[in-house]
Amino acid sequence: MAANLRTVVGQNIASRARALLQGSSISDLQCLTTQRRSYLSHVASHETRLLAKYGGRNTVTLMTGDGVGPELLSHVQEIFRFAGAPIDFEVVEINASTNTPEDMENALLSVRRNGVALKGNIETKFDDPSFKSMNVALRTQLGLFASIVKCKSIPGLNMRHNDVDCILIRENTEGEYRQLEHENVSGVVESLKIITAKKSKKIARFAFDYAVQNNRKKVTAIHKANIMKLGDGLFLESCREVAKDYPNIEFNDLIIDNASMQMVSRPSQFDVLCMPNLYGNILSNIAAGLVGGSGVAAGSNLGDDYAVFESGTRNSGRTLKGKNIANPTGYLLAGCDMLEYLGHNQHAEMIRESVMTVLSDKQIRTPDMGGSATTLDVVKAIIDDVKPKTLAWKSISEHGAYLQ
Amino acid sequence: MAGKTMLINLLKNLNKPTSFSKYIGPCVTQLQNQPCSNTSRHYSSQNRLVTMIPGDGIGPEISVAVKQIFSAAGVPIDWEDVDVTPVKGPDGMFRLPPKIFESMERTKVGLKGPLATPIGKGHQSLNLALRKAFALYANVRPCKSIEGYETPYKNVDIVTIRENTEGEYSGIEHVIVDGVVQSIKLITENASMRVAEYAFKYARDNRRSTVTAVHKANIMRMSDGLFLKCCREVAAKNKDIRFSEMYLDTVCLNLVQDPGSFDVLVMPNLYGDILSDLCAGLIGGLGVTPSGNIGEEGALFESVHGTAPDIAGQNKANPTALLLSSVMMLRYMELTSYADRIENAAFSVIREGQHLTGDLGGQSTCSAFTDEICRKVQAS
Amino acid sequence: MKALPFVYHGARCFHLDQKNHQAAVAAPVSRPAGRHTATLVPGDGVGPELMGGVREVFKAAGAPVDFEEMFISEVSPNTSADLDTVVESFRRNKVGLKGILTTPTTFKGGVLQTLNMKIRRELDLFANVVCVRSLPGFQTRHNNLDFIIIREQTEGEYSALEHESVPGVIECLKIVTEENSMRIAKFAFDYAMRHNRKKVTAVHKANIMKLGDGLFMRCCEEVSKLYPKIEFETMIIDNCCMQLVSNPYQFDVMVMPNLYGNIVDNLAAGLVGGAGVVPGESYSSSVAVFEQGARHAFAEAVGKDIANPTATLLTSCNMLRHMHLEHHARVIEDTVLKVVKGGKIRTKDMGGHSSTSDFISEVIYCLP
Repeated sequence: MAANLRTVVGQNIASRARALLQGSSISDLQCLTTQRRSYLSHVASHETRLLAKYGGRNTVTLMTGDGVGPELLSHVQEIFRFAGAPIDFEVVEINASTNTPEDMENALLSVRRNGVALKGNIETKFDDPSFKSMNVALRTQLGLFASIVKCKSIPGLNMRHNDVDCILIRENTEGEYRQLEHENVSGVVESLKIITAKKSKKIARFAFDYAVQNNRKKVTAIHKANIMKLGDGLFLESCREVAKDYPNIEFNDLIIDNASMQMVSRPSQFDVLCMPNLYGNILSNIAAGLVGGSGVAAGSNLGDDYAVFESGTRNSGRTLKGKNIANPTGYLLAGCDMLEYLGHNQHAEMIRESVMTVLSDKQIRTPDMGGSATTLDVVKAIIDDVKPKTLAWKSISEHGAYLQ
Repeated sequence: MAGKTMLINLLKNLNKPTSFSKYIGPCVTQLQNQPCSNTSRHYSSQNRLVTMIPGDGIGPEISVAVKQIFSAAGVPIDWEDVDVTPVKGPDGMFRLPPKIFESMERTKVGLKGPLATPIGKGHQSLNLALRKAFALYANVRPCKSIEGYETPYKNVDIVTIRENTEGEYSGIEHVIVDGVVQSIKLITENASMRVAEYAFKYARDNRRSTVTAVHKANIMRMSDGLFLKCCREVAAKNKDIRFSEMYLDTVCLNLVQDPGSFDVLVMPNLYGDILSDLCAGLIGGLGVTPSGNIGEEGALFESVHGTAPDIAGQNKANPTALLLSSVMMLRYMELTSYADRIENAAFSVIREGQHLTGDLGGQSTCSAFTDEICRKVQAS
Repeated sequence: MKALPFVYHGARCFHLDQKNHQAAVAAPVSRPAGRHTATLVPGDGVGPELMGGVREVFKAAGAPVDFEEMFISEVSPNTSADLDTVVESFRRNKVGLKGILTTPTTFKGGVLQTLNMKIRRELDLFANVVCVRSLPGFQTRHNNLDFIIIREQTEGEYSALEHESVPGVIECLKIVTEENSMRIAKFAFDYAMRHNRKKVTAVHKANIMKLGDGLFMRCCEEVSKLYPKIEFETMIIDNCCMQLVSNPYQFDVMVMPNLYGNIVDNLAAGLVGGAGVVPGESYSSSVAVFEQGARHAFAEAVGKDIANPTATLLTSCNMLRHMHLEHHARVIEDTVLKVVKGGKIRTKDMGGHSSTSDFISEVIYCLP
């Protein structure tokens, strides 16, 4: 992929991008988005504050996705059920094969209704240029501007670094991911990267707020402003400006290539990282690799109105499909994050604890973490660990036995 | 317009013995003393005039049927048909033709078929206009199970009397701030007393035993409280009729469980609106439910069902509701013997089940149904 | 515990797309922290008797629920607990079982709001759900009914804004707000989604109250656009009542403002056997209070041991289900329905001759 990526350097191009920003194509695109939103009437503005939460129970959209998504998410449901998490799932089947506008619209409507979603990754066929990534579409349509990936070493898992504990916060809606690419003349492709002050400030503020709320000490802005002086420069400038409002949080910045190197050599120096879209993608994959691979990290996408939770590294694991060896940890931790987002801290804590117990104390792990257990073994172990914590369980199983 | 002077003379004659506003009052007491006394006591020689508004859709057919039955029974009534199609005024606004008001002014009694409700057409609704002009303060709907037309509910015999001028339908609504609407429900002592008094009078005139006031004074403590207070006061003056009071929700609950336990219900506007349709549902729908609007200045009887444009002109319509309304009208005009004859004939035709229209589960036509009733009326 | 069935469980999930999911029977589940606590407000009238029955049944079925009982009443203020205490208890436990509170009709001045309304306001219990379901084996005029009535219960006519503008003229304000209308509409559609219902009917009187009920109807319409899979229709309240008694089978989920809800709740309760058999529940976003569907305290039956405990028992089953005690809920519900269906032990309102305590002991006896 990286080879295909033609980074366009040079001031004139950047200024062209800017001109474009004020000009037609971007505003058209935004117009389209707003039109779609307004098609959904002005309900959106009202219903946004309304989660589907009644009597303490939440309804949550579950988007199955491709690859191992459906199976792992069914395990999440299973464990939630045993933990008694007050969540009702509305299952929406969406994957690369259900690609019609109606399917997309249904999935979007469901998230708009419920406010929160747990999502498997949907594959994007990159060999077909007409195929727009549904993951990206979801994010832009729902205004999910911030992506958060939590990477924390799992104790007892012998990785190269055992002291990783960082939060990667990534701008999710602009940058290189606006899918604005065209071939000017044959053999020359322009890909536009858009950075706006508004969104940069928003993500910076979000990062700092997150740091304050979660008792974090430091925010690091990641950029490439030495080369992309205007675009990334704007991002960096915005971060610096916002940092002034948070005197208690330490702020520094790193260039992306350096940051990648630091991440693999001395990851403990990172706390909260704040970055534009593409760099976020790169760094969060690196960080996930540090703590145990793509199956371990949890990710969430937050917007003003909606929240979508998914596995941290956003790959579908097509090759593992149906083999019963995929690692459920990432989705489970994402589920815990979701529980926390919804205010069910007790359940989140309980499940997370059980996951950690199984992985580190009991050492029941899937092959990607160096173990030999199957997905089912892990899930079963987690459920067994959850069960005693729900004390009421005992009396019920007695009753169950009585019934049989 | 040659007959106009004649009509006016007639009207003068009419007004001599008893002015219309007292019409309901003393006459009915006389009626009570001589329950079977004939009818056209006052004006045996002259036919009385009644305004007829045939209405839209199936309206013309069913009003013809009613007229046919009336003439078969020899009811001493002359009809004055009026058209209520809105006319364009000099200012370009559509409004109701003044003729309807003139006619009602003269006759004081009207019979009305179904009207197509022109939603948002800009002109005043006829019901509202007539209600205002003649102070039609009470809506009365007797709902009685019809033998031969089966519903899951047996032995229904309920009269709903609904205050018609105020309450929730005062039409006073405004937006306080964006997204917050306030509607005002108005309850006045005068109107509450008036309808309560009418309810007791109705009960006495029709030999009913109990009047039940329906209210929600546990929630709307002041407004429904006032209505309830008025009912209690009137009840204290009418010891011969039993009085009870019930919550709206309890009434609803009991109505569907044991409709036979209710007699006369009196209530404010909105509750009346709902319960009267509910009771109609108990006996088989609006197609068999009569309705009357009683006022200080006159009375209007009507069928409250729709215009059924899909079967209009096909001789399939069911005239029962309008016919029963006209029977109510005859009772109101103290033409009781005619009322009884027509009512009995209609009920026996339905009971026999040979000449029922489609909506009652038969295959007969409107005219066959009408002819059969005429035959029965003449035979009686 | 035997091998866990790792399949999609339909227990608490529902599917937009049902092609390859089937609701499987769920294994019992529970939630953390052992026994659960629920607030119990016995209420007036026969409430305390019925709640006593619920406790006995819970005990016999081993339902791990502890009740925090508080007596609150408007008719006997001397023994009544403080409103704040009760509200705090509901808030803390997040779930409660409540009997019916009687409101004295006579207004002697002072605060217009009734105690019921105050509790609802304080807890923001905006949505009331009544599940109208014919009991198997119990014949009424209409059988096999199954529909849901959802009622807004914080505003409308129940806003307790009344004043005497001039002597003999009283104005009662009905308030309809966009916010609350949106909220209840969303609740209704969410409920329909969650319970696999097909249609939502909004009941109103917008032909007369064009602004107030018009706003309500418009909100429902707007929310319905987010739920393309659910059919939406509107109906005028008087017609709705007529349809309910003549053809109740056409309804699925109904949503309506406060007063109409009160009427329709009771009407529908009457259709399936009266106030004694219909369960109900009230929701805010974080608290769920379970009470009978048709709210009658039945004060004339106090101490006579004739009240029908079916509704209260079914309500308590719904509470258990809400608390994740699926298994107990099912056991008790099945037993209650079995007793009703058996037909030998029925209270007077269902045409039997048994007493409340007979019914309760029969349920306990029949528990598996």
